This record gives sequence, structure tokens and C-alpha cells, in this order.
Amino acid sequence: MSLTTPSEPGPPPAPEAGPSAGGAANGPSNDAPPRPPFAQDWRRIARMGAIGAIGQIFISLSNMPVKLDGRAIIEGVLSLGYLSLVVLPLAAGSRVGHQLRREGVPFHRPGAHEVIGGAACGALVGGGLSLLAILIANFDLREPLVNWSPILADLLAFNRGTAFAVLIWLAIGAAVGAAGGLLRVVPPAARRVLSTMVLTLFGAAVLESLTTDLAEGMGIEGLIEWFYAPRGGLTITGAIALAAGSGVLAFVARGRVKGAKARIDALEGPARNRAHLGLIMATAAVLVILPMFAGKLTNELLANVGLFVLLALGLNIVVGLAGILDLGYVAFFAVGSYSAAVLTAATSPKIHPELPWFVALIGVVVLTGLVGLFIGAPVIRMRGDYLAIVTLGFGEIIRLLFLSDWLSGWFGGSQGITNIPGAEIFGLAEVAGTDPRSVFYLVLAFCAIAIYVSWRLERSRIGRAWMAVREDETVAEAMGINTVNVKLLAFVVGAVLGSFSGAIFSAKVGSVFPASFLILVSIVILVVVIFGGMGNIVGVIAGSAVLIGVLGGPKQPGLLAEFSEFKLLIYGALLVWMMLARPEGLIPSVRRTRELHQEELAQDAWLRGQTEDEQDEGQP
Amino acid sequence: MSSSVGRIPLLEMRKVNAHYGAVHALRDVDLSIYEGELVCLLGGNASGKSTTLKTLLGMLKPTSGEVVLDGEVVNDRPTSYRVARGITMVPENRRLFKRLTVRENLQLGAYLRKDSDGIAADLERVYELFPRVKERLGQKAGTLSGGEQQMVAIGRALMSQPRVLLMDEPSMGLAPALVQQNFELISQIHEAGMTVFMVEQNANMALGIADRGWVLQTGRVVLDDTAEALLANPALRTSYLGGSKDSGDAAEGSGEPG
Repeated sequence: MSLTTPSEPGPPPAPEAGPSAGGAANGPSNDAPPRPPFAQDWRRIARMGAIGAIGQIFISLSNMPVKLDGRAIIEGVLSLGYLSLVVLPLAAGSRVGHQLRREGVPFHRPGAHEVIGGAACGALVGGGLSLLAILIANFDLREPLVNWSPILADLLAFNRGTAFAVLIWLAIGAAVGAAGGLLRVVPPAARRVLSTMVLTLFGAAVLESLTTDLAEGMGIEGLIEWFYAPRGGLTITGAIALAAGSGVLAFVARGRVKGAKARIDALEGPARNRAHLGLIMATAAVLVILPMFAGKLTNELLANVGLFVLLALGLNIVVGLAGILDLGYVAFFAVGSYSAAVLTAATSPKIHPELPWFVALIGVVVLTGLVGLFIGAPVIRMRGDYLAIVTLGFGEIIRLLFLSDWLSGWFGGSQGITNIPGAEIFGLAEVAGTDPRSVFYLVLAFCAIAIYVSWRLERSRIGRAWMAVREDETVAEAMGINTVNVKLLAFVVGAVLGSFSGAIFSAKVGSVFPASFLILVSIVILVVVIFGGMGNIVGVIAGSAVLIGVLGGPKQPGLLAEFSEFKLLIYGALLVWMMLARPEGLIPSVRRTRELHQEELAQDAWLRGQTEDEQDEGQP
Repeated sequence: MSSSVGRIPLLEMRKVNAHYGAVHALRDVDLSIYEGELVCLLGGNASGKSTTLKTLLGMLKPTSGEVVLDGEVVNDRPTSYRVARGITMVPENRRLFKRLTVRENLQLGAYLRKDSDGIAADLERVYELFPRVKERLGQKAGTLSGGEQQMVAIGRALMSQPRVLLMDEPSMGLAPALVQQNFELISQIHEAGMTVFMVEQNANMALGIADRGWVLQTGRVVLDDTAEALLANPALRTSYLGGSKDSGDAAEGSGEPG
């Protein structure tokens, strides 16, 4: 297993050194002196610079800077658009200054070398924009490249002409690249404080609508007005206050968060369970209390995230535990939505029993389970790539069936089913899209059930059987596991969890159309699972929160509504970065981290064992 | 062997033929394994050794003939039924569930059992047999050394409370010192009362610990004798090399996986 990458390339805003740097920084005694400032690895710098420059041109021509310029991060200083242009030089500058700490190879203390290298590389990356500014001024390529426009040129030139653009981007690139290199020079503790400050500022700006919404609920708008500018973005004073505050906090808390986490991880048996239970209770309490103060917008967002958590948990059982790569998972979301619609809505074309939502839910579960069986039975006998392709096909078939004229008498074809009543909870409350808070609570309840079910299943006999099938199907069969039945069960359990999400979705939105169940939904759910950490419940939740909450779902706007156009681009970039830097996902489970750590110990033991074996061999 | 006379075999193949698609992989194979024996099936590449194991376990259905487990014809019974009735296999190259812990691997061996007390007792027995396995319980199986993996693979198989242990090429992929150690392990388990059916290419090693053996050549049993007699038989070597005269027609079908 080579899941541990020895170092991670710094994520743009917060370049954290690899896991090795924290511990290794304590013993600089055997480090080599800093490298001479100008003896650079120019080829490496040129290569990184060229890659970065191409990236910059690509980002510019994707129109991201222009589109995102409207969203201010700090009023009058930095917009999201310009941020998208300084991320690459920063990352490149930091990357160029990175040295791997290899055993037996001298580690040069970072110094001026790193800063100069970073500046050179950053200038090259910025030079990409300079080149673009010159090209835009002299050639007209608007025909194939829609965004090849004076607007972009003006943005790049800060409205001061091409010559200015050329110089300013070389300068900005060099400065930002140098800053990236400087990140390698400062001690890890300072780097952590810095990255906390940057992340806080970025987070505060991104979460603006959320915090404003919450502040209104709690009646502290005054404070918010001080932090945020009227036209969006942090005020300069607010930004300084936040940066200072978070910096101080990070400085005070340095090492303590990690220490506390390590202490909890080190606990064994009941004490550990108690600690985890406390953590879960605290999270649950926040999730129950928070929406009471939040307005519609926040609750809508939370509800959307919750719907995707539910879907991702379902897919996680299929893909993460049983190893069945299902690319048509949206089928079960669709069947859940449609069956709930048919069973509850008076407007359903063919049959309309108008059942109360909770009664209908039983029907939804049964129907989706059956569909899961029908799709699963032929599919499950295949393996690997073939299986993935076939599930992809079935996902589309289900959508096309709902769309078809043949079944339009049942499901309304492209008109779908509208005027679906909300979900009535035992006469206590009516859950409908007009009241996102109640939707969120309903979603939360189902998420809790799904989390509990996933958690129990993972540790059960059947969960072990799923993992065995995932690891080696033939041997699993030889252990007496009926692989077909076990895989089919995973498929059906995943389908039922997905159908919950569908049933809530139809009550929330009030209408279902085939267009809501495009293949894109399957892909997004899969990306959430992979991004968060396959086979890991917390990771799946975190993945939904980041991807759906911040960037937005297939149709649901996220916190950065401006991103919606570039959502897929960013999804793709994140996924690629994730696969390279952290294939285990955003949050690998504690268990897994522990195992990864053990792996190192095991390798030592293995080496020792090898030498022992050799000695044994020598004796007789 | 004299001890086997008059008893019914624990596991038996009667005139079994098996095919991979059109390829004739087993030809009228007769085998019988008695309780308490350590027997081995020898043969070169593509001779049908692994096919024999697959057929015994029910992962491949014979085209004709009978597989008999403890007096019952199990041709139409699935693998899970046969495992529950006492056959288990240690696969070639060990093939542990690498990303699962050692504990989980052992638990999976006992997948079909419901008696949690018995499972706990058997776990203890495995620890007794392999103290090193106990030290590695929480570790991922893929991180163990080759020798330790072999212990876990055998431990996993023992967890199903087998009556007969099928071993697929126990010497495959191990360092020479470990092969020796592995065969010692097998005879140790056998001496503790386990019936073992071993499939091997390494004839000298296998016959060194076995009671009886068969030699398989392109799907046909060409030799069937006690271990001592086989070791002394010059035909053993020639049959490995495909040199015997009557195998000329059979050699054409030797392209199938072994």
C-alpha cells in the first residue's frame, strides 16, 4: 500500500507542509546550510512556471476572473476574480521551494534560495498573463475563444493599457511567488498561524451570506455591518481585525488542538467511546440549535447539503464498502422521488392514493428496493469496468422511462408531476419547500438514521463480507460468502438510502421532472464520496458540506453562487488534485490514519523479520 | 494406505471431467481423501491442479462425474454449502484481504459460523499456533511479511472449523527458508489431526511430508501411489516434463490455465 505520500503539495491558500515536516523540524542539527541564493534548479523553475502560465491563461480564458470579479473578498483590495489569478503563482512559488526530507540526503535549511526561486517561478507564471495581455491587444481570436475580450484585457491591465498589464503581472507574479517561497522559510508554527489567518479571511468572505443570515437571527446585525461592506466583501478594518484575532487565536491554540485530538485517539475502550459520544452529541446539539437562528437561505443550504449527505452515504455503502462502482446511482434518487410523488400527490396522472407522506415512505422503500433488485440482479454478476458501464446505462434508462411517452400516463412525461404536498409529520408539522427549516430537520433525522445504519453495518458481519468482496471476490467466495447475494444486498441498501433522499426531495421541491435526474447527479454524488474519503462516514459528510455547500450541487446554488458556471471545472480540478495529493480523501478515518501510521512500524518490523529469517536460514 | 481400507473417504472425486469453455481441463479424475490424511496432488503448469481445487470447492461445475463430500454428492451445492460442511481453502499466494486488519481476516474465515463462543475459542487456538499473528491483530494484512501472511492465511482457513484443508501451492511466492517453514507448519497442523489436501509443483518438498500423492498431467491422473513409492518412481520426473509416450494427444489441450 502506498497511500502515504511523503509530502503534499501545498493547497493554494494554506500550504501546510507534509506530515513529515512537523516532527522533523525539531532536529535541525544535522541539516545542511542553506543553498546559495542563485544556484537554482532552473529547469524545474521553468517547467513549473510554464505549467503555471498555461494554467493562468486557461483560467483567464475560462472567464473566471471576469465573472468572479463582482464578488469581493476584501472591499477594494481583492476580489474572487483576482484571487483566482494569484493562487497559481503562490502555489508554484511554494512548490518550487519544497524539498523532500529524505533519509541520508542533506536537507538544506531554507533561506534566500527558496524566496528567489519562488519569485522567479511566480514571475514566469504571472508572465503567462502578460503574454495573454499582449496577444489580446494584437490579435482577435474572439471567434473560437468567446472570452477573448477587451473586458478581460481591461481586467488584466487594471484599465491602464497593455504595457502596464505586462509589467504589473510580472511584478505580481514575482511578489506572490516570493511569498510562496517565503512560506517555506518561516518555521512551521508561523506558517500554521499564517495559513489560519488566510483561511479565516477567505472563509469569512465565502460564508458572508451565511454569517449575515445567522447574525440577523441572533440580532447582532450591527457587528456584521462593521465586518462586511454594504456591497459584499469584508471591510478593510474588519479584515484586519479578523486576521489579527484569528492569528492570536492560532498562536495561543498552537499544538493544543492536535494534542487534544491525539489524546482522544490514544484513549482506549469505553473512555474513547465516551469521548466520541460527547463529540457526536455536541455536533448534534449545534445542528439542532443552529437552524433556529438561521434564516431561509441558510436552512435551504443546509437542507440541500443534507440531501446530498443522504445520497452520498447510500452510495458510500455501494462503492466504498462493497466496491461496486455504481455510476447510475441517480436512478434510485429518481425512483424515490417519483414514487413519493405518485403516492402523495393528488395531481398524479394515473393513480393518486394521496397517502400521508410517512405512509407513502413505506411504499417508496419497497418500490425502490424492488427496483434495486431488478437492476442489481443482472448487473451484479459483472465485475469492474463492465459493471460501471452497465450501471451508467441503467441510470439513464430509468430517467428515459420517466420521460417516455409510453409511461407519460403514469408519470407525466416531460411535464413531470407538480403540486406535490409537503410531508406531514404525524399532524405536528408540515414540511414543505416554503419552510426550509422544517425540511432541514427532516433531512437531519434521516441523516442520523443513515449514519447510524452505515456505522453499524460497517462493523457487522455483513459489512465485513462487503469489504471482503471488495478486496478479493474469488477468495471471499472461497470463505463461503455468497458474493452475489451480498453484493445485491449492498445495492438494495444503497438504493433505499437514496430513496429517502428522493422522497424528501419531492416533498421539498413540490414537483418532480425527469430533468432533475440527469447523469450529472450520479457523477456529483460519486465525486462527493471520493472527495470526502471513500468508505468513511465523516469524510462523506465533509465532502458534501464542501462541495455542495460551498460550490453547489447540480442544480442547487452553493455559498459561492458565482461559481455555478465553473462548478464542474473546479470539481474536476479538485478531484485531480485529490487523487495526486491525498488519494484517501479529505478526511481519512481515524482508524485508517492509525493503520497508515502502523504501516511504518510494520515495515520496520518486516525489515527486522527479514534479517531474522536470513539468520534462521544461515543456522541449519 | 492400510488405515484407509474399509472407510468411506471424507472427500472424493469420481470420474470427474471439467471444462473451461471448450477446453477439457480435467479428464476422468479419481481422487479420494480420507480423514486424518495428508495427501498431495502434483503436476506441472496447466496440468489441472487448480481446476481440481475449484471443482472440489464448487467454483467450477464438473461436466460429468461426481464430487462427494462425506458420502454426499455435492455437485449441485454452492461453495457456501461445502464450506459450511467442512471444506476450506488456503488460496495460492495466500491472497489475504490486504486492506482489512488481521483480525477481520480471521473473522471472515468464520463467516458462516454462528457460534460466537466457538469462534472465540478457535481464535485462541490460532493465537496459540501462531503467537506472531496475535501481535499483529490490528494491523492491515497487506503490511505483514510473507511468512506472517502465510500464518494468517492458514489461521483464516482454520477459523471455519474445516474437516479438510485444501492448500493451493503453499510454496508459491515464498523465499526458500519460508517454504521450509511453511511445510513444517502444514505437517504440524496435520499432526494436530487436520486432514490436508495439498496441490504443489515442488514434488520433493510435498512428498517429504505427505502420506500419498497423485500426479496430474494435462488433466489426467497419471500416477497414484504412496509418497515413498512416488519419490522412488523415475516416471515422476518424466511426467513433469511431459515425456511419457501416452501423453502425446493430451498435450494439445495443455494451453488452459492450471
